[in-house]
Amino acid sequence: MHPAFSVIFLTTLLGAGQGLFLALYTGQLYALANLLPDQSNDFYIMGSFLSMVLLIAGLIASVFHLGRPERAWRAATQWRTSWLSREVVVLPVAMALTFVYGLFHYLGWTQALFTISDTLPVDATLVTGALGTLASFLLFLCTAMIYASLRFIKAWHTPLTVANFLFLGMASGFMLAAALSAYMGTNLVAFYGTWAVVATTLGAISRGSSLYRNSKFRCKVDMQSAIGVHHSQLHQKAQGFMGGSFNTREFFHGKSDGFLLMVRYIFLLMVFVLPVLLILFAYLSESVRLPIAAFAIQYIGLVLERYYFFTEAKHPQNLYYQSMA
Amino acid sequence: MTDQRPYDEDPTGTFFNRVQTYEAGVFPNTETYHFPKSCLHCEDPPCVPVCPTGASYKRVDNGVVLVDYDKCIGCKYCSWACPYGAREIDEKSRVMKKCTLCVDRITDTSLPESERKPACVLACPTSARLFGDIHDPNSNVSVAIREEGGYPLQPEWGTKPANHYLPRRKTRIQIHEDELVRADNPLKKEELPSLPDGGETLDDVAW
Repeated sequence: MHPAFSVIFLTTLLGAGQGLFLALYTGQLYALANLLPDQSNDFYIMGSFLSMVLLIAGLIASVFHLGRPERAWRAATQWRTSWLSREVVVLPVAMALTFVYGLFHYLGWTQALFTISDTLPVDATLVTGALGTLASFLLFLCTAMIYASLRFIKAWHTPLTVANFLFLGMASGFMLAAALSAYMGTNLVAFYGTWAVVATTLGAISRGSSLYRNSKFRCKVDMQSAIGVHHSQLHQKAQGFMGGSFNTREFFHGKSDGFLLMVRYIFLLMVFVLPVLLILFAYLSESVRLPIAAFAIQYIGLVLERYYFFTEAKHPQNLYYQSMA
Repeated sequence: MTDQRPYDEDPTGTFFNRVQTYEAGVFPNTETYHFPKSCLHCEDPPCVPVCPTGASYKRVDNGVVLVDYDKCIGCKYCSWACPYGAREIDEKSRVMKKCTLCVDRITDTSLPESERKPACVLACPTSARLFGDIHDPNSNVSVAIREEGGYPLQPEWGTKPANHYLPRRKTRIQIHEDELVRADNPLKKEELPSLPDGGETLDDVAW
């Protein structure tokens, strides 16, 4: 498939935004359980704001993918059958909950509304945070299922696609939380850094598995089945047009194997190796800049990872354009 | 359907029906296959449920798969979901387009019955294209598919395309060697030496 930068930025920005929200709420839960010291509201407000900015940036990126963005509201109607429509429904819900979560922290509504079993004080932010967490996980599922549900594209049609979107999004979100707490001078760098390393490791396992899987399988259909002539020596002589068409632009990446191999090695290094080393050095040296660098490098790596994700997909329609394939 | 730069460098555009050409075998034993490629109007179209706006739909009355150009947002997701590459974005109107099976013609009751067919079927000079109801077992297309071995493309996916292709028909007669060379020529039995060189043929009877 041709990698569209609108979709690459949409998925990576949303992943980081959702991951950051999950990181904020994880921190709040740890503080609630007295495993971490209570954080100032400023950290949650700043975090929610940053998460919102990322989600809105992702939404803006998605508009560039549409031919008719003025009709985009219609995309919410087919949630019964289309994962793309489900994403369109869940995204504003997640954005609204992130906004409300930040707003409640801003307004300081952190007094307990009621207490469960005399030990668990429930406040407004805890409730919206729980709902926001659910929406974030649902959004990861919807975004990944857009690709994983296409059964003709074997490279994507696997539960590993969902695992990759989830773990890689969480990794960049927790990495951003570590960077934010380093920038704001809170003492959560080690906490978020550890979680970021865990998520990055899980992402490395699932992405490694899908890379291995995609290097092994062969396409279910061949040229014989595509045109229905069962002859072992078939050659295409004409593709129906002399210039290009949508079919030759949308479904081919046009890059050499060597280039893609290079992209693969670079993204493996930038997503899985360098950020973990940088977080480790940041922990040892208590540096402020290193967690920020770790997030930035991992994000660029994730853009390359998503680029590679599209080039990995071989569409069966390519069988009809042998000169390109 | 729109085109871009039709007479300039790098022409491109949207098509409903492309005719591709394939060659089977190695020279001199080759055969050429002209392969018209359009939307196959699947019975279980994978492009329809993925559409986020409901612009992509399958008509209930006649099963034609269509795009509502006023609802399409041009997200291209349906083209990803079609294994045949039948859908193409129209760069000018920025919506997805595909073969409509000339739904305006085939449902137009003001046309005479014989002309309620897609334009490609009416235009084909050798009547290589057939049009009919594949759900009616007695229609011309059902009979052709059943009796002449019509096959769908990429049947592995279970999309059940309504459009079928008929295999190439060849007129062959079975002639065995002993029908050309009379193995039971009675002259041979009598060991007469005067047969012409090159063996016996059916003409030997005249000799």
